[in-house]
Amino acid sequence: MSWETVIGLEVHVQLATQSKIFSGASTQFGAEPNTQACAIDLAMPGTLPVFNEAALRMAVMFGLAVDAEIGMESVFDRKNYFYPDLPKGYQISQMDYPIVGRGSVEIALADRTTKTIGITRAHLEEDAGKSLHEDFHGFSGIDLNRAGTPLLEIVSEPEIRSAEEAVAYLKYLHALVRYLDISDGDMSQGSMRCDVNISLRQTGASEFGTRTEIKNVNSFRFVEKAIEVEVERQRDILEDGGIIVQETRLYDADKNETRPMRSKEVANDYRYFPEPDLLPIRIDEAYLTAIRDQLPELPKEKLQRFIEQYALGDYDARLLAAERETAAYFEQVVADCGDAKASANWVIGELSARLNREDLEIANSRVSAAQLARLLQRLADQTLSSKTAKTLFDVLWENGGQDVELVDQLIDEHGFKQVSDSGAIEAMVDTVIADNPQQVENYRSAPPEKRKKMLGFFVGQVMKASQGKANPGQVNQLLNEKL
Amino acid sequence: MHNLSVSAISRALAAGDFSSVEITQYLLDRIREEDTAYNSFISLAGDSALEQAAEADLRRSKQSDVPALCGVPFAHKDIFCTENLRTTCGSRMLENFVPPYSATMVEQMRAAGMVLLGKTNMDEFAMGASNETSYFGAVRNPWDTACVPGGSSGGSAAAVAARLVPGASGTDTGGSIRQPASLCGVSGLKPTYGRVSRYGMIAFASSLDQAGPMARSAEDLARLLELMAGFDPKDSTSIDAPVPDYAASLNDSIAGIRLGVPKEYFADGLHAGTAACVEEAIKTFESLGAKVSEVSLQHSRLAVPVYYVVAPAEASTNLSRYDGVRYGYRCADPKDLHDMYTRSRSEGFGEEVKRRILVGTYALSAGYYDAYYRKAQKVRRLIKQDFVENFANVDAIIGPTNPSPTFPLGEKTDDPVAMYMEDIYTIPANLAGLPALSVPAGLVDGKPVGVQLIGNYLEEARLLNLAHQFQLATDWHQLNPLTGGEQ
Repeated sequence: MSWETVIGLEVHVQLATQSKIFSGASTQFGAEPNTQACAIDLAMPGTLPVFNEAALRMAVMFGLAVDAEIGMESVFDRKNYFYPDLPKGYQISQMDYPIVGRGSVEIALADRTTKTIGITRAHLEEDAGKSLHEDFHGFSGIDLNRAGTPLLEIVSEPEIRSAEEAVAYLKYLHALVRYLDISDGDMSQGSMRCDVNISLRQTGASEFGTRTEIKNVNSFRFVEKAIEVEVERQRDILEDGGIIVQETRLYDADKNETRPMRSKEVANDYRYFPEPDLLPIRIDEAYLTAIRDQLPELPKEKLQRFIEQYALGDYDARLLAAERETAAYFEQVVADCGDAKASANWVIGELSARLNREDLEIANSRVSAAQLARLLQRLADQTLSSKTAKTLFDVLWENGGQDVELVDQLIDEHGFKQVSDSGAIEAMVDTVIADNPQQVENYRSAPPEKRKKMLGFFVGQVMKASQGKANPGQVNQLLNEKL
Repeated sequence: MHNLSVSAISRALAAGDFSSVEITQYLLDRIREEDTAYNSFISLAGDSALEQAAEADLRRSKQSDVPALCGVPFAHKDIFCTENLRTTCGSRMLENFVPPYSATMVEQMRAAGMVLLGKTNMDEFAMGASNETSYFGAVRNPWDTACVPGGSSGGSAAAVAARLVPGASGTDTGGSIRQPASLCGVSGLKPTYGRVSRYGMIAFASSLDQAGPMARSAEDLARLLELMAGFDPKDSTSIDAPVPDYAASLNDSIAGIRLGVPKEYFADGLHAGTAACVEEAIKTFESLGAKVSEVSLQHSRLAVPVYYVVAPAEASTNLSRYDGVRYGYRCADPKDLHDMYTRSRSEGFGEEVKRRILVGTYALSAGYYDAYYRKAQKVRRLIKQDFVENFANVDAIIGPTNPSPTFPLGEKTDDPVAMYMEDIYTIPANLAGLPALSVPAGLVDGKPVGVQLIGNYLEEARLLNLAHQFQLATDWHQLNPLTGGEQ
């Protein structure tokens, strides 16, 4: 029997406002517990929320960036439940009238295809505090610094069909909020958190199966693994003729399994109703226009521009435009060296591989864009060969300095300069021909169409003898003449 | 000295007849001696009141243009947060709660130099119409200490009536200023919803709660409201409109003003004595030139049921914050979190509060929301619409404040629905968000009853003008319970 996986994601993004969504307290991460919680965050009697307009602006930016309908009148609601880190006993959220309505994003997949994922809605709400269960004997501690931090909860349509698509979607959102500068998207600090809804159905079926929700999966890798193990778990149950229980589960990364949350942790009836302490948010076309006019270039727009301006292929352009920092790095390299194709190849190839290997963000690259551009210039003017260029890149990386002049210094220090002295190259060519009589014999007796391939052996030997510094063009030319 | 009104004290301070310290000390002493009979105060400010009074005297001696009420003593209902002064909301839950901030309205009055004498008793979390639900004991009516003062601002009403303070703040969610004003023979105004900031006023039902003044004359209400009202950026529901000089229009002629008498307000359930007083008051207005006509508030019969869905629904979630975690009452030795929640709330809240939390929780529950909360909101709009339509033809609506004079303590405590009917004439103005006031209109068997005036949005000045003209023509507001109803 074959099964289709159906996934919907609920992504919580902390918005990068200076102060909280309903109070003036700071939102900075990492302060001493309860030093960033004012009377409103503590839900002291008589205190009232006042909506922070900066959060509205950011939510609208997101909505416009995913081509969504914007709620011209959106309403806050109270979501009621008791928990010690929820000071008011309710969370101010949005239910029936969210700020962002239906929209969509286009994600790129490894097989070089793209897919559109619908966004159902995105709404504003406040974050809760944190319960601290360690270091207190017989008690739990409560830290309310995070209470009241603005969140945008982005709900996808159940249109995701695999762990790969889920991660691609999540990465797209991550890149987008950073493009818009509305969140740092830092999953390790909880700035971006993800709940995954998963169900299976027989391929071709139109009804959805019963779903489970995996709460708070907080890295791309865990999202991938959590989906894989949950899909496997559900498939095993279904294939044994069992039924899936609709429930909330937790992903345990250490055991690589999902398990049900204790029923106490699951609230049933939130008794939503309109928040009487806040007026509906009304916005007009002028407000939307002003925000639209100030939106930065979005990934999809950048993608189009890269294709047109730099004559890049769709796939390369997509890779370069995906993250704002990558795009900026790439564009600086192009601006400095003038060769878009080479810049693209190096950023996607050598640089990305190195960043991946060392698990670094491009912002923390040990080779600066200006340095890479200089390196590419030296490659273009034939100071470097492609081999010495790669070695130089590694040396630059290890060196770690950001100074662009370092590129030429290191070329000198390490003697990376390509040998274009025809006398020296000719001597090496002669030596190689003399040392390999059998190969020379074979070459000369071979038909011309095979010779091209066989020439590579001699080029390789000469390059080896020159420690990679010989100008490959000259080597080729001399070998052709002498053979 | 205790018979002096807010306005009279203001004039005396300006004339140098006595100092703020003198009257403050006098009233503090008086409260300590006399209030054992009424239990109208929960906390006294004591030394801090004398410090404020001394400050006011200094200000008067140095400044030429001090605010008119600088140095005048005042009391706040114990629902308003007062920095460094215990604020209980009449509940065991907040028995030891000392706020680190003051309500905006409290700050405004303080900035004008008014002296805070203390905090008045009230029904627990403002839930009640007799002041019998207070954790700090029932308040007694100065006209008959065997009877209730009304509620929930019963402490403020009783203290003003008993001449312990010249004026006090109250809050009115379904009649909690007007009904006790009526039962205690004082004047009380519930302004337009949003006219006075709710910041720092402990929430009962957020969409209905409104603070206002209680005093012994409409003139005093006008002077007090001017200090209380105003836009507050800390309260998103407060109205951003200028505050008029309410006293300036008190003496305008009311000739030609159109008063509507809602026929539904004179149906079954209205005490004959109360009805007679209100009818007499209407005649007085006619004699002053007002044009009286009958109007209909056809949906007002639904006001009580609508109110007892909306208010408890909002209250049930407003009171969720009292969980024993951060402040307020926490039960002894909780064995786990659930036990802490359950016992802290069971022990910290009184019966009426728990009843309303349960009713409200039920009304918001999945499966019942549409039948109760949503439907109540729809009817609420119809009730508001009735007023909007009538205000096209009349300038104010006049009728009884509540169905009958005061009743003995304990008479209605076992019958919540009978108690709820106390607010049948006051609730519609809360549901519509309209300003309304109650002024004394006579005595029934030696007990005061009030007449209610309901105005259009932000037309507090018109209501105060009408009430002041009425008080120039009558002396009901000057009757003194301490002298057996003489002036």
